[in-house]
Amino acid sequence: MPPSTRLRTTWGGSDVGVPRWILLPAAAGAAFVLLPLLAIVLQVDWRAFPSLVTSEASRAALLLSLRTSAASTVLCVLLGVPMATALARTRFPGQSLLRALVLLPLVLPPVVGGIALLYTFGRRGLLGETLEVLGLEVAFSTAAVVMAQTFVALPFLVVSLEGALRTAGHRYEIVAASLGARPTTVFRRVTLPLVLPGLVSGAVLAFARALGEFGATITFAGSLQGTTRTLPLEIYLRRETDADAAVALSLVLVVVAVVVIGTAGQGRVRR
Amino acid sequence: MIPRRAAGRAALALSLTAVLSTAACGGEEGERVLTVYAAASLTSTFTELAERFEADNPGVTVALSFAGSSDLVAQVISGAPADVLASADLATMDQLTAEDLQGSEPEVFATNTLQIAVPPDNPGEVSGLADLAEEDLAVVVCAPEVPCGAAAVALAGEAGTTLAPDSEEQSVADVLGKVRAGEADAGLVYVTDVVAAASDVLGIDVPEAAAVVNDYPVATVAGSDEAELAQAFVDLVLGEEGRQVLADAGFGTP
Repeated sequence: MPPSTRLRTTWGGSDVGVPRWILLPAAAGAAFVLLPLLAIVLQVDWRAFPSLVTSEASRAALLLSLRTSAASTVLCVLLGVPMATALARTRFPGQSLLRALVLLPLVLPPVVGGIALLYTFGRRGLLGETLEVLGLEVAFSTAAVVMAQTFVALPFLVVSLEGALRTAGHRYEIVAASLGARPTTVFRRVTLPLVLPGLVSGAVLAFARALGEFGATITFAGSLQGTTRTLPLEIYLRRETDADAAVALSLVLVVVAVVVIGTAGQGRVRR
Repeated sequence: MIPRRAAGRAALALSLTAVLSTAACGGEEGERVLTVYAAASLTSTFTELAERFEADNPGVTVALSFAGSSDLVAQVISGAPADVLASADLATMDQLTAEDLQGSEPEVFATNTLQIAVPPDNPGEVSGLADLAEEDLAVVVCAPEVPCGAAAVALAGEAGTTLAPDSEEQSVADVLGKVRAGEADAGLVYVTDVVAAASDVLGIDVPEAAAVVNDYPVATVAGSDEAELAQAFVDLVLGEEGRQVLADAGFGTP
């Protein structure tokens, strides 16, 4: 067999060949993902596009989606970094079971997550009365949207950060500690900078997941323009009466998602 | 012990035979299948009517497909093998007749009206449509883009009030879900939804609802292989027996 049956990859510094046959299923997979996106682009009514995506309802939905996704990403970082650290750097009984449970939203249908949230934080839920005493009512509020998005997005950040922490290993932390650094200093000055790329990509994943959230939001938060109707909910509703508007808004959502993921990827390559 | 196990095996063998013979029957020439497409709100009533139809017509199986009316009509127009179509409003049936796909002239077989649904203890002390205009109550309706929401807007207009919804949901099921969970103090749904929810919600009549009536038309589909059976099913729905089943579920008589 001639040597040309193996493809040489020059990028990434790897000199190990990739078997050529792998490219066929790889291309099929890429086409499977990209063709539907192309279909959306082809389906857009470009003449009506500007008016469709700048209507008051569309702008309200896009703005709400960006605001709530940003808020839930911040929440995910605040809660997810300690979670990932606890899972990667400590050992306690029942740890693997706990990990499996907190990652459950990854595989749960979001609607199930929404129902669970409703019976936890809803007015008649587990914590509903406590919240009401505290003067906090989340029913049909933007806060409920952020909670739904955080619920489904949090595992994405935890998984990718825990992976980064395990790959990075303990060595530098042990050195820092042996030089007299306190645990908080080690965490702040050594651990976090070391896994920053993992944290960034985890946060981007969480933001993207929050942006696309639909099921938990519609079940838990409801749907009202400017308050709880995010872009995915707006798209689903428009589908009922105005297919062109639904397609136009779908494209907007795709573009926003591509920009977010692209920006994050760019940042990593430059490093 | 042994006789019992033997009996268990015999039962298993019997049930297996039953399953296999049923499966075999499906492939035989004599078996006839009538495909009925019906709006999701007709699920319980049409399931019962289909069972009666099968009992009255040995050798006939009724295959039921339930979905939103607009989805059903879209499927029939794009060639789905439906023999009968029952939709939840006249507008969707008009799409079928616009394509000249009706086998028989559509006839209205039932009506449905809106009702206020509240949690069983009625925490918001809702007594009528005027309460649904109050800002401090958690009120849920369908979005104006979907038929039940359009009906809600028409109802509010009829009553001369402006609703103050905290959420405009995608479907009646979503509205009912929020009321059922106690998340909403009140929601506007169809009378039949309140009947189906039984003790989970309390229905409050709205006098103005009589002016906003949703008509349910039924028709056979053109080009059906079972045109006679299809007409017989439509006759059952329109007849005395159909009326009774529908009335029990809360539907009105046209």
